[in-house]
Amino acid sequence: MKKLLLILAAGLLLLGWTLWQHSAKPRTTGLRPAPAFSLTDLSGRTVSLSDYRGKVVILDFWATWCDPCKQEIPHFIEMQNKYASQGLQVLGVSMDDDEPPVRQFQQQFKMNYPVAIGNPKLADQYGGILGLPITFVIDRNGRITVRHVGATDPSVIETEIQKLLAQPPS
Amino acid sequence: MRLPSCSRPLVILVLLFGLGQVPLACAADNASMKTISPDELVRLLTAKTGKPLLFQVGSHMLYVQAHIPGSEYLGAGSTPQGIQNLRGRVGTLPKNTSIVLYCGCCPWSHCPNVNPAYDALQQLGFTNVKVLFLANNFGADWVDKGYSVAKGD
Repeated sequence: MKKLLLILAAGLLLLGWTLWQHSAKPRTTGLRPAPAFSLTDLSGRTVSLSDYRGKVVILDFWATWCDPCKQEIPHFIEMQNKYASQGLQVLGVSMDDDEPPVRQFQQQFKMNYPVAIGNPKLADQYGGILGLPITFVIDRNGRITVRHVGATDPSVIETEIQKLLAQPPS
Repeated sequence: MRLPSCSRPLVILVLLFGLGQVPLACAADNASMKTISPDELVRLLTAKTGKPLLFQVGSHMLYVQAHIPGSEYLGAGSTPQGIQNLRGRVGTLPKNTSIVLYCGCCPWSHCPNVNPAYDALQQLGFTNVKVLFLANNFGADWVDKGYSVAKGD
C-alpha cells in the first residue's frame, strides 16, 4: 500500500513538473521593434537600447525576490562571457521596488552585464511585466524575436541567440 | 536540520528531479492556506453584499502597472515592512472580516509573499482570510483573462 502511494505521489509530482515546464514555453511575438528606452544602470552609466543596434540583445526583466529569475541569471552571465565577442549583449532590468538589494545581488552574483532599475512606464511599453521572469530576445536589427514568460530552459535561449548571432544585420 | 514546513515538499522534488532545479525557499503553499480562484473572487466582488477587503502583498512596481480595482497595496509580504503595514491595516478590524490577499509576482509555487502575509493574519486571529490562487502570475491569470484592472497608486 505504501509503495502504491509512493508511486502515485511520484506520478503526481512528475505531472506537476511537466505542467510547470510547459507553462514556461516561449510566446513568439513576430518581429516587432523593441521599444526604445534609456535607463541609468547601477554604476551610473546610461543604458540606451539604441546603443546596442547591431548586437543581439537578451533583455531580462527580473527581481531579487524572484527565485526563477535567480536560477536564470548565472546562465545569462555565462552567455555574456561566451558570446560577447560574437555580438551578444545581455541587459538586466530589475523590477525591485528598492535599489539596495539589487546592488547587493549584482555584486554577489558578479553580474557581468549592465543592470538598471525598471519602471512601470517601461514595463507598459513592453506589454506589461506582470509576473517574472520575462525575457525578450532582440535581433541585430532591434526587433523582438521572442518573449519568454517564466523560467526558461537556458539551452532554448542559447539556441535562439546562436541563430541570431549567425545572421548579419540587414 | 529542521526545515520550515513549506520547504518539505520541495526537498522531495529536489530528490526526485535533481539538485539545482528547485530552490529551498518558502513559497506559496496550497496545503496551509485557504485559496480562492479568480472566478470565485469576481463573483464575490460583483455580489451586492459580502465583498472582501482586497490586499496586494507583492511588488509595488507590479501594483502600479495593474491591480484589482479596490485593492490596497500593503507592501511585500516577504519583508518586515510589508508585514508591519499589514498588521497596522488590520489592527482595528473585527477578526471575522473577509480578507483576500494576492500577489501574482511569479508562479504560485515560487511566490515569497503570500505565505508570510497569510501566516501573519492567522497569528492575529483572523478567521476569514483567503489567498487568490494565481497559478502563473497576475498578468497571465488575471489581466490576460479579461478581469477588470486598475492602474496607478
